[in-house]
Amino acid sequence: MRVFMALVRRELAGAFNALTGWVVMAATALLTGISIVDMVTKLSDRPTDSPVTELFYQSAYFWVILLVVSPVITMRTFAAEKSSGTYEALMTTPVGDWQVVLAKYTGSMLFFGLVWLPLLGVLLILRQVTGEAGLLDPGATAGAFLGVMLIGSVYMAMGCFASSLTRSQIIAAMVSFLLGIGLWIVSLRPVSTHMGDGRWARLLDELSLLRHMDDFARGILDSRHIVLHVTVTFLFLFLTQRVVESRRWK
Amino acid sequence: MEAAPMIEVRELTKRYPGRTAVNGISFTVGRGEVVGFLGPNGAGKSTTMRILSAFMPATSGTARVAGYDVFHEPDEVRRRIGYMPENNPLHLDMRVREYLKFRARLKGMGWGRSRERVDTVLQQCGLTDVQKRIIGQLSKGYRQRVGLADALIHEPDLIILDEPTIGLDPHQIRSVRALIQELGRRHTVLLSTHILSEVEMTCSRVLILNRGEILAVDTPANLERNLGLDGQVVAEVAASASELRDAFRDLPDLERLDLSPLEGGFHRVALTPRPGVDLRPVVFDLVGQRGWRLRELTRSRHTLEDIFVHLTRGRREDP
Repeated sequence: MRVFMALVRRELAGAFNALTGWVVMAATALLTGISIVDMVTKLSDRPTDSPVTELFYQSAYFWVILLVVSPVITMRTFAAEKSSGTYEALMTTPVGDWQVVLAKYTGSMLFFGLVWLPLLGVLLILRQVTGEAGLLDPGATAGAFLGVMLIGSVYMAMGCFASSLTRSQIIAAMVSFLLGIGLWIVSLRPVSTHMGDGRWARLLDELSLLRHMDDFARGILDSRHIVLHVTVTFLFLFLTQRVVESRRWK
Repeated sequence: MEAAPMIEVRELTKRYPGRTAVNGISFTVGRGEVVGFLGPNGAGKSTTMRILSAFMPATSGTARVAGYDVFHEPDEVRRRIGYMPENNPLHLDMRVREYLKFRARLKGMGWGRSRERVDTVLQQCGLTDVQKRIIGQLSKGYRQRVGLADALIHEPDLIILDEPTIGLDPHQIRSVRALIQELGRRHTVLLSTHILSEVEMTCSRVLILNRGEILAVDTPANLERNLGLDGQVVAEVAASASELRDAFRDLPDLERLDLSPLEGGFHRVALTPRPGVDLRPVVFDLVGQRGWRLRELTRSRHTLEDIFVHLTRGRREDP
């Protein structure tokens, strides 16, 4: 546990010492700000009953942030250490492969969580200004944030996997961006409707991140969604561990 | 277990696709030895060290450290090894003290113990004054010491250093070497280098490696003697070439005589005797008898460099 904590701290410190952390934070804060302004302008034209969180997650902003930011957060995890050689120094200490993988994933998750803090701040301000208590429904907000973290978990695990494959951060970012955008595309409604009504269409529909996010943002916690996200996360972490271990049988 | 040698390598082979990096080498290193791995670039030094530090497995053969198999019991091995990889990779964004504490934590030390050990190694490696500095802003010599401090922090039985003095200036090289010699008193050390004078100065035994094979294992002194490379005597004498040739030609044990003129009426006389014979007293007496002036008389010690060239001659690396 001590070792694990030390590794997680290193991950986070690395992100902020390397400037990318700050750039990512600033960029998401900016995008969140723009999206809220955009949303408020639209709302003043055409009022609606939906919670603000739902409106936000239905907007393109959320997905842009998720798809672009995730690869940037995770590209460092393994690739940077491999290219600088510190990976060798790390792997010749008595730490287990799983410890390393989980620490890198946890560090990415914590950072991913930090990235969304400005959104919470913006929502609080919005509520203060409008004085409407219903604006920030605790259930919907908690559900939305849980949803963000679950989807983020899948994307972080995917990113760690991509980073473990290569020693180049750019390739890592590109691979995880492709994986991420692929997962997003299959969850678009046109794709599943195109497949007709068969079993595959239903499968895709169940896998649809967009639909899950809709539910989460309304404050609906479907255990099937949670199980799916957790399972996919573990699948990618497992693959990552295999890649890390592969230096021992390659 | 305690009686087991520090390193025991048997028939170790590592193949990469299309290339054999290490080809069936065997050697042992006893406790307390300082052993130098000497070889040109690409000789298989780093590969062997990576296998010994349980970073990657061998294709075939076995390697044991302190009696533990590097493949089957890698964590036991890692606990006993302080390894400084090639090019000394460090987290450049961290501060010296912070980095060493992080490494101590990774090596399983608790709070109090790691603080104590960090203080000790900072002092031992002369880093106390720079402990708050960011590693990326330190000179290469200091970075190297940080790498050494990291290798030492968990008081390992065996310290493996891959090219510890590469890229340093002469002053830094001296201080790093002094540090290694200091370490050699308390730990077993295996270091690799392609600088020949380095092993001569720091190591009690040399392993010469070329193209994945061990060419020789011995003390530097023995290598010189066994290869019959020692013993050439050079004298600078003021006399004519013919006089000199007449005087030296019939010396017993002489195998070869070379003369070359120098300025001021001196000649350089190079005498190669049979192996193991020291011609210096004979030459001195002879010159004294003749009343010649002598301004230099040395017996050239062949360096590892000569030995190395001798051993690897005709086995030049492919382009």
